[in-house]
Amino acid sequence: MLDVALRHRFPGFALDASFAAPAGVTALFGRSGSGKTTIVNAVAGLIAPDHGRVVVDGRVLTDTAAGIAVPVRRRRIGYVFQDARLFPHMTVRGNLGYGTRFAPPGAAGPSLEAVVAMLGIGALLDRRPALLSGGERARVAIGRALLSRPRLLILDEPLAALDAARRAEILPYLENLRDRTEVPILYISHAIAEVARLATTLVLVDAGRVARAGGLEQMLADPTTAALLDRDEVGAVLTGRVAGIEPDRLARIATAAGDLLVPGLAAEPSTAVRLRIRAAEVILSLTPPRDSSALNVLPATVAAIVPEGPTALIQLRLPGGAALLARITARSVEALRLEPGTPCHATVKSAGLVQGGG
Amino acid sequence: MLGGAAGWLGPDGAAALALSLKVALVATAASLPLGMICALALARGRFWGHGLLNGLVHLPLILPPVVTGYLLLVTMGRRGPIGAWLEQTFGIVFAFRWTGAALAAAVMAFPLMVRAMRLAIEAVDPRLEDAAATLGASRAAVFATVTLPLVLPGIIAGAVLAFAKSMGEFGATITFVSNIPGQTQTLPSAIYTALQVPGQEGAVARLAALSIAVAMVALVAAEWLSRRVAARIAGR
Repeated sequence: MLDVALRHRFPGFALDASFAAPAGVTALFGRSGSGKTTIVNAVAGLIAPDHGRVVVDGRVLTDTAAGIAVPVRRRRIGYVFQDARLFPHMTVRGNLGYGTRFAPPGAAGPSLEAVVAMLGIGALLDRRPALLSGGERARVAIGRALLSRPRLLILDEPLAALDAARRAEILPYLENLRDRTEVPILYISHAIAEVARLATTLVLVDAGRVARAGGLEQMLADPTTAALLDRDEVGAVLTGRVAGIEPDRLARIATAAGDLLVPGLAAEPSTAVRLRIRAAEVILSLTPPRDSSALNVLPATVAAIVPEGPTALIQLRLPGGAALLARITARSVEALRLEPGTPCHATVKSAGLVQGGG
Repeated sequence: MLGGAAGWLGPDGAAALALSLKVALVATAASLPLGMICALALARGRFWGHGLLNGLVHLPLILPPVVTGYLLLVTMGRRGPIGAWLEQTFGIVFAFRWTGAALAAAVMAFPLMVRAMRLAIEAVDPRLEDAAATLGASRAAVFATVTLPLVLPGIIAGAVLAFAKSMGEFGATITFVSNIPGQTQTLPSAIYTALQVPGQEGAVARLAALSIAVAMVALVAAEWLSRRVAARIAGR
């Protein structure tokens, strides 16, 4: 779907990144200044790399060896910039129309009405961008990009400028976007919570290089990836479906590893959900815990132990092939005599479960 | 309108006002395209000679107007290299004609025009043009749909300033095309002539008041338009 290999030298910064991404949402994750935006700017053609190759959907857009550099306007890459970049002299309707105006006549894609409904911007159509909130601007920018009938959609930290409340307001629209369009999405972020909620593939960018890349679940359950994240953000993601809502309003989520009970989830039965389980929220025991307040206990096998000084990160293999990370003290590793292959029980505190559709 | 003014200003004064309006309009209209190109080159261009072009455009602002007029006479006069060629090739004569007054006014007003346009162009965020390109717009379409609408008030402001400056141009005009009533006698030249004749104080005062009025209207209009640029780019 997307094949990227780039080498570019700036004063004081060198980019040497390559990755391949399947359909779905590919998250480019890394710290500020790690080179994420530079990578997508090269994909969009806004900068010309010294060396490199960019292939989208089988079309070569950049190939420095073959002297190919398709101009920006012919790439058909919808780019939602961090600062939205709506045209200030046009209304929201004018901005959305600008996307359609230069799209190839035969190209398939959602109608203006469908985009407006999906993003909930119907009430804004006659307003000028200066009168929109940050979240509204981001939604209009997404709509404008979608209406240009892109082969690939780039979202450069569309939520970075927003506060937590606005972010929570926009995330469902992005999930909707992922689930309702077939356009592959390249999503830049430095917030792992967003990535865990939206991405199917994770590309970790560090100091101008791709440190690791792979499927989201495997990547987040991998202790090597964890070393590149903030300590408190380390944790695996489990996918499941809502099996039903219990009488006490706990949602029963069926995952390959077993059922989990989650409070505060108001989803329809059989909705696909993701559960983000931070390593710090997982407790290990050799026997199933008795007389405990914890509701969610999954049988597991220790797959790997990564010492971190006084603590250790334990990778657990769950039934059904999924994996979990648990952070416990080195003393507990000793006391329980954990080693790869040890069967155990992972207790997941309900509060540690984070909702996220998909 | 000019018929009524003729009684108040006297026949020479009315003719001078009419000529000045014609000269200023032609000078402004004719220099707009070149002004736009220079403003674009100075605002966006990265080329060898950028500083030289900047200096050349601003030269008439610094130079004594009589020197600008002399240079025009030497180059664009009937025996000047460019002037002679223009006369032979196109039959265009500048020296001692109203067209020469328009040329002198255009040259003198050019720095003001380019400056206003350049500021407006520099206020446009080039990243908006990048955004338009990712949406599939060609360079020409980006210019027409994004750049131009955003700088339009600046272009108008530049044109208004150039018009006002052209109305008041004196030094280079009188040097290049002299002061022939009905042919090259613009408003400032008419004031100068009236000043030389005793008993014309009333005519001088009226012509001077007219000049002040034109200048004030143009400055207020230019100020209002440049505010519009800022407001438009901010999207209010």
